[in-house]
Amino acid sequence: MQSYGYKEGLLDGLPIGLGYLSVSFGFAIWAINQGLPGFILVLMSGSNLTSAGQVAGVTVMAAGGLFMELALTEAIINLRYALMSVTLTQKLSPTFSLWQRMLAAFFVTDEIFAVSSTRKGLLTFPYMMGLGCLPWIGWTLGTALGAFAGSLLPAAVCAALGIAIYGMFTSLIVPAAMEEKGVLLAVAAAIGLGLILRYVPVFSFLSEGFVIIISAVGGACVAAWLIPAPKEAQA
Amino acid sequence: MRLYLYLLIMAGVTYLIRMLPLAFFRKKIESPFVLSVLHYLPYAVLGTMTVPAVFTSAGSVLSSVVGFAVALVLGLRKRSLIEVALFAAAGAYVTSLILPLF
Repeated sequence: MQSYGYKEGLLDGLPIGLGYLSVSFGFAIWAINQGLPGFILVLMSGSNLTSAGQVAGVTVMAAGGLFMELALTEAIINLRYALMSVTLTQKLSPTFSLWQRMLAAFFVTDEIFAVSSTRKGLLTFPYMMGLGCLPWIGWTLGTALGAFAGSLLPAAVCAALGIAIYGMFTSLIVPAAMEEKGVLLAVAAAIGLGLILRYVPVFSFLSEGFVIIISAVGGACVAAWLIPAPKEAQA
Repeated sequence: MRLYLYLLIMAGVTYLIRMLPLAFFRKKIESPFVLSVLHYLPYAVLGTMTVPAVFTSAGSVLSSVVGFAVALVLGLRKRSLIEVALFAAAGAYVTSLILPLF
């Protein structure tokens, strides 16, 4: 069986890194507008390396949410990484030691998972390190540029860039929703529940973090109950 | 201080969720319902985070709506993550330039 090394990983990671650079630039500009300091955002990107989790985290932090609320929000939103990690265990080269697994786990993101899990053959530790390198640099550097140099841009450009992160989310949702009715239903149900929880006054005691958790789990459950996911997707 | 605690919690939870299964998972989840919920969950999360927040994300509501529409159209055409993100911002930006002319 074929395996790949650090250099192949680095090359595979280049387009991901470039994509992350511009998206995290938009993320930082958005997050600065929510009132968080720039160095906190850079630390966040460097230590979290995740888009949806950081947007939710900034939302909870800006609202002065509870620690428990933040932990629960991150756990729910990032649950997909647990599935990806489980999937990756089936492809790891036997030479992977425990500490290497623990290190490689830090770099599990949607895009890195997509690239590594579709690579033919077994995944080696050097390949995974190479693959994670440029996306991490791109994500952290883009955040720093957005946070500290974003103010050099005209206000209208900064305002427009605030939508970039939602554009990225949209690009993840729409193709999947076109292919699977279940995904479409899950998204629609989650949005519907979220609108009720956000705008019906009875629920106004719920903070944004809890709204995300309840509406997402509710929407996913409704879809799972009515339209079980296709067998090949249940991995 | 509170901000650093937030960061610690975020990074800790996010890392553990990635690390524990990769380092220690040995068997398979069997329940089709649980597997389906887990399969749908990421999309549900992204959906409820995007709507309605996207409509106030690019300054004015109108430029946000235009940016979001651009994102939806490009998403339907399965364009890459980065294209969708940047063209959504470009759509919002152009709208904010044209808007004052009316």
